[in-house]
Amino acid sequence: MDFALAFAQAITKGLLTGMVYGLMALGLSVIFGVMRVVNFAHGEIMVVGMYLAWLGFELAGVSPLVSLPAIALLFFAAGYALQAGLITPFINRPEHQQFLLLLAIAILLVNVCLVLAGPDARGVQSEAMFDSYAIGPLVLDAVRVHAALAAIAIAGLLWAFFTRTRTGKSIRAAADNHMSALVVGLDVRRLYAFTFGVGSACVGAAGALMITIVPVNPFLAAEYTLLAFVIVIVGGLGSMTGALLGGLLIGVSEAVAGLLLQPSLKSMFSFGLLILVLLLRPQGLFGGKAGT
Amino acid sequence: MSAPLLAVQGLDLHYGDAQALADVSLEVAAGEIVAIVGANGAGKSSLIRAIHGIEKPTRGRIVFDGQDIAGGPSHRVCEAGIGHVAEGRQVFPNLSVLENLEMGAAPKRARAAERKTMERVMALFPRLAERRDQAAGTLSGGEQQMLAIGRCLMGQPRLVMFDEPSLGLAPTIVQEVFRIVRRLNEEGLTILLVEQNVQASLRIAHRGYVLENGRIELSGAGGDLLASDRVRQAYLGL
Repeated sequence: MDFALAFAQAITKGLLTGMVYGLMALGLSVIFGVMRVVNFAHGEIMVVGMYLAWLGFELAGVSPLVSLPAIALLFFAAGYALQAGLITPFINRPEHQQFLLLLAIAILLVNVCLVLAGPDARGVQSEAMFDSYAIGPLVLDAVRVHAALAAIAIAGLLWAFFTRTRTGKSIRAAADNHMSALVVGLDVRRLYAFTFGVGSACVGAAGALMITIVPVNPFLAAEYTLLAFVIVIVGGLGSMTGALLGGLLIGVSEAVAGLLLQPSLKSMFSFGLLILVLLLRPQGLFGGKAGT
Repeated sequence: MSAPLLAVQGLDLHYGDAQALADVSLEVAAGEIVAIVGANGAGKSSLIRAIHGIEKPTRGRIVFDGQDIAGGPSHRVCEAGIGHVAEGRQVFPNLSVLENLEMGAAPKRARAAERKTMERVMALFPRLAERRDQAAGTLSGGEQQMLAIGRCLMGQPRLVMFDEPSLGLAPTIVQEVFRIVRRLNEEGLTILLVEQNVQASLRIAHRGYVLENGRIELSGAGGDLLASDRVRQAYLGL
């Protein structure tokens, strides 16, 4: 009975963290789905988001949940500028050249963090860290619940953006048929910049949420890039639902691994899942047919 | 004679070392249907794409309504009032019919009357109204062509360039497409029609140009071209 409870506890914890993972992966998936550009600096952008939220808390006592909209907005602008200025000239080049560009950006970001904040772990110590909600025998960390709810709300906003606004629909259109987008007179370059902005805002917001759960250090960046890849590949590249559900799945698998084996082995489960998916369903659990 | 709505002067287009268009000049007056006919690979689609700014010409001028539009970008060319129904029914397959039509109103000047234009398009193509919430990729070939035409009209163009609108369609639908082109023209739209179907397009065109290997080889009134020995021998097999 004790084990059943611990198991249920691990799964809920995994689901809550998984929502934030999902939001992070959503950013990667949106960018890839629209432009076929793989953002190798994704985890680095996430870590910068975590640092900014931490900084807001350290310097001004602002809760990451409160600074989140400002961080998302800033990341949108930075992502827009990055795409318009640096990535656009690379968009029709071979993939290895895009890879080098984004890797360079990643190295730059992580080392700026290292220089400014040092290698030590930085966390946000708020009152809410000690709060919890009880649902029957289950005890849920308040910070995790808040982060998960915020992630769901942001994913909902994103869905509304892509289905209700002209810009959102135009981005889907440009992803659907590039030639058609040119033919009807969509400004595809602007839409691409907007997309990179939206993807960056997603991952920046995910960073602001993640710092409430996990302390940050610069070396987390590579881990998060890898994690985001695992999630979108498991969920299905380019699929938004896939990214969210993939996030939940990886969140749960990490938590269960932590319970059954030990927390330091949590990645083993996610990578195991990745290998299984690649073997059995290479288009991802929620992706369309391979090659589309 | 007043200035033509569209004037192309001395247009060259290259893909790498290969020359697709050589010194192409043509004019389209407001209210006309002008057909450009020629064999597969003669450069017809390249010409349309160059006018639209999707391909960048290496030389030449393209003047639309007094504005030099050579080299695009393509969304500015649409904004200036040129519509484009591309070869091969380029719809957005995963977007609904309604969303496809909304995307047609990409030019900002078309937004104010978007709702009204939508009603007009739905009236013109009742099939689209029936299938408004269906993904465009699930429509039949003919329906997709109607959607592509309707979507183009959503941008309220003054001139529409049709690129092989009859390609790959069943004969009854081909007739329907030519009927629509003619009707749109009667309602005041200027039309530049690119076709392999030489007979049908020259028959509805006021004037025509024959494009061979990227060069204009012949031009004249639609009926005169149809009657000329060269067109009859090369394209109609007579």
